[in-house]
Amino acid sequence: MNPFSSGTRLRDMIRAIRACKTAAEERAVVRKECAAIRAAINENDQDYRHRNLAKLMFIHMLGYPTHFGQMECLKLIASAGFPEKRIGYLGLMLLLDERQEVLMLVTNSLKQDLNHSNQYIVGLALCALGNISSAEMARDLAPDVERLLQFRDPNIRKKAALCSIRIIKKVPDLAENFMYPASSLLKEKHHGVLITGVQLCTDLCKVSSEALEYFRENCIEGLVRTLREIANSPYSPEYDVAGITDPFLHVRLLKLLRLLGEGDVDASDCMTDILAQVASRTESNKNAGNAILYECVETIMSIEDNGGLRVLAINILGRFLSNRDNNIRYVGLNMLMKAIVVDAKAVQRHRATILECVKDSDASIQKRALELVYLLVNESNVKPLTKELIEFLEVSDQEFKGDITAKICSLVEKFSPEKMWYIDQMLKVLTEAGNFVKDEVWHALIVVISNASELHGYTVRALYRAFQASTEQESLVRVAVWCIGEYGDMLVNNVGMLDIEEPITVTEFDAVDAVEVAIKHHRLDLTTKAMALISLFKLSSRFPACLERIKDIIVQNKRSLVLELQQRSIEFNCILQKHQNIRSALVERMPVLDESTLSGRKGGSLPTVPTSGITPCNLPNGVAEPAAAPIGDLLDLSSDDVHASISSGGDFLQDLLSIDLSPASAPSGTSQPPKAGTNVLLDLLSIGLPALAESSSSALDILPSIQDNEAPLANLNGLASISSLPANATSPASSGGMMDLLDAFGPIPQNHEENGPAYPSIVAYESSSLRITFDFSKQPGSPQTTFIQATFTNLSPNVYNEFLFQAAVPKFLQLHLDPASSNILPASGNGSITQSLKVTNTQHGKKSLVMRIRIAYKTNDKDELEEGQINNFPHDL
Amino acid sequence: MIKAVMVMNTQGKTRLAKFYEYLPVEKQQELLRGVFAVLCSRAENVSNFIDAESIFGPDSRLVYKHFATLYFVFVFDSSENELAVLDLIQVFVETLDRCFKNVCELDVVFNYSKVHTILDEMIFGGQVVETSSSEIMKAVEEISKLEAASNAITLIPKSASGWRSR
Repeated sequence: MNPFSSGTRLRDMIRAIRACKTAAEERAVVRKECAAIRAAINENDQDYRHRNLAKLMFIHMLGYPTHFGQMECLKLIASAGFPEKRIGYLGLMLLLDERQEVLMLVTNSLKQDLNHSNQYIVGLALCALGNISSAEMARDLAPDVERLLQFRDPNIRKKAALCSIRIIKKVPDLAENFMYPASSLLKEKHHGVLITGVQLCTDLCKVSSEALEYFRENCIEGLVRTLREIANSPYSPEYDVAGITDPFLHVRLLKLLRLLGEGDVDASDCMTDILAQVASRTESNKNAGNAILYECVETIMSIEDNGGLRVLAINILGRFLSNRDNNIRYVGLNMLMKAIVVDAKAVQRHRATILECVKDSDASIQKRALELVYLLVNESNVKPLTKELIEFLEVSDQEFKGDITAKICSLVEKFSPEKMWYIDQMLKVLTEAGNFVKDEVWHALIVVISNASELHGYTVRALYRAFQASTEQESLVRVAVWCIGEYGDMLVNNVGMLDIEEPITVTEFDAVDAVEVAIKHHRLDLTTKAMALISLFKLSSRFPACLERIKDIIVQNKRSLVLELQQRSIEFNCILQKHQNIRSALVERMPVLDESTLSGRKGGSLPTVPTSGITPCNLPNGVAEPAAAPIGDLLDLSSDDVHASISSGGDFLQDLLSIDLSPASAPSGTSQPPKAGTNVLLDLLSIGLPALAESSSSALDILPSIQDNEAPLANLNGLASISSLPANATSPASSGGMMDLLDAFGPIPQNHEENGPAYPSIVAYESSSLRITFDFSKQPGSPQTTFIQATFTNLSPNVYNEFLFQAAVPKFLQLHLDPASSNILPASGNGSITQSLKVTNTQHGKKSLVMRIRIAYKTNDKDELEEGQINNFPHDL
Repeated sequence: MIKAVMVMNTQGKTRLAKFYEYLPVEKQQELLRGVFAVLCSRAENVSNFIDAESIFGPDSRLVYKHFATLYFVFVFDSSENELAVLDLIQVFVETLDRCFKNVCELDVVFNYSKVHTILDEMIFGGQVVETSSSEIMKAVEEISKLEAASNAITLIPKSASGWRSR
């Protein structure tokens, strides 16, 4: 006998492997066994081939390579004995795969065994074929399998049915051969054969639309009858699972019915009765019953519409959610997620139960329930649902807080009915789980706060309270210090107290203390501290009494090891020491942040400002009075494509905007923040706040003055349309580096006094009836932009009514027209109309200005129209 | 379709692995390790379902059941009913129990070819072929009988011839 193969028995090898203490030992044992088996293979040892292959299968399971044993499988399959064949086929299924050429060699043995007189050998061959068949094998052996579908023994019939599935999956063309035998399997009484027959039909429907049609026409009634029989059948011990007869067959039948009913009204109609019966009569206290209900619900959801059944189905899912078994709740939530697309209203009814699942002890159920709640929220239920979620946030596990926070923030932002509520909810979230709040979210909050001017006082006080209670949550601290810096005066003076607030007494020193805590707190990160430092700097002008303390704190930070803090402290200190004259301007309150850029970017809908509620708290002094300008239609002019024209009345807001930017309305008091200063602050802040479109903020600033002037057409609610404005390229002079700024602080205010070099005025147009003169000016730092003051004088003895001036320019120029001071021009030069224009020359220095104009007016009830071109602009504009 | 059936112990040792779609050995081992990593971190009293898409790719679900020292894991796609698969695991374990009389891990280790036979009588090429444990038992017993008989036939002539040649 061969000395190598005499080795160990299978049992001994397993023992030896189990006895190994380390992976290295195990490898050694396996290596030794493999060597012995290889030697035996080389010797062509017949006696132990069977045992060696059994060993190899075990070794394979442990993850070692066993390719050298593949041929041994074929030899065993080809041998006559049953045990050899059994191990051979087992090895074939485990060690080989359909891609190996070895499979070609096995086809012949399989064909012989499929026709073997011993039905168990036929069974082995079918099993191997069903597991590993390739397309070629499927083609070769399909007729044999088809024949076996009618074999006398049910065990062979059911295996042949499943083997057919493998064949039609590999070669869909063969599907039609199996259609008729498959439909006859549906009449079987043996459960095992029936279940495989149903399965075969299901797979036939999937690969062939012809088969689907065939079964729809011929088999639905039979299937419904079968389902009814097993649903009503008395106890049968063989297929009983927890008191229900063959739940597996139920499930398979329901699946096939689903396929047949989908997209076919008649077929769906046939099955509604039995579905209703299954849905209402199946016991739901055991897993098996619930499996059937679950499948039934899925079928009801998929087949053609039947409202009543769907409500029944969703109610079943609702019951699933209160089941004690985690698995049932899990599948219930999964299915509700699909059902919400079909019938959201019915799902809404189970909101309370779904909310309970958010508090489940099983994390995967919690997660799904949260997703579902998220899908359920709409405008009408956002308040109670958010309340529930926030309450849950307070008690939830740490790992889950991130998820919930993100969901709450997104919901609050999407559906918030009013700002006050939004701010309240965000405050709660920040207090509970501020560390999980993403940066975009608290940035958005700051923007909203900034826009809700009537709530500034309320917000800053609420934040101060929350901050006093805890400094644990980073983003709460950030928002709080930002607001204290901006609205510190409101905190102290209880400005804008709302009825619901409890009065709070905060002294100026308390506010500074709070910010100091933020700077000195060891746990807070750099961004927070930097924000706190800026906040402190801002308070220096809000609270003159605290100036010395603020200076002290800033001086302390000059020694900070963190470069950012150190540099800022030095800068701020320098400003406090040497530049008292500009300090108050520098630390002006931030202009209202642009909501639309943010909401535009996020694609969500932030609550819009209730404009009527804006109270003028930081108004600029009265500026140029926008007069009632009739809105002209310049379209006819702009049809000339050489000219890009801008209508004066078309975009009212744009007009408002340029009023602010025009030198005529240059700030006369301190309340108008110098643009340069604001920009410096923005640079200083540099905390990644959304880019501020200054232009629109100035538009907001100016709004109240319009109200005063009772300007017509001021559709203030159109504020949201600010987003449509291009961010105006009017960023003021000093956007240079920080050090530059510090040096340049001296000259800046002076710069504001003068309006750049002067240009001679011109008579732009003159006719027998009208004269137009232009006065020019520029702002320092933006040589491209020219401000033009147009003055219209009536040279005729008649009054001009409905006077309208229109202008168009070539494409390299950009033109803004402000509303005219009036639309009535008195006769004989007894008065004039003025109108401001702003022209930006993109080719400054290369081309000079040119403009085409049109003037329309009514005199003696007759429409007059004058046109002309202006070419005599000074060259260097 | 059922994609894989795995049995592993609480130490992560594989006791049975059957994949119904071809995968190279290395990939099989990787999946087994991936599944174990998820299973061993599961708490008690949570659902038996795991989102398996991160391990097995899209459209795959995993149902497991924990008995004594063994995890029974079935991986399948959306054409199977999760709750029914849970019952199927129960049927599988009941059949093992009938076959080995109070099955334990060692029975599975030393008789894994028999366990494979049981599995093949229950799941066939990824499809459920039989759901009644008594039917499965009948088939398995027939196969065992057949095996014993042919062993007896082959052994007797051998020993007889050995005896005669002596």
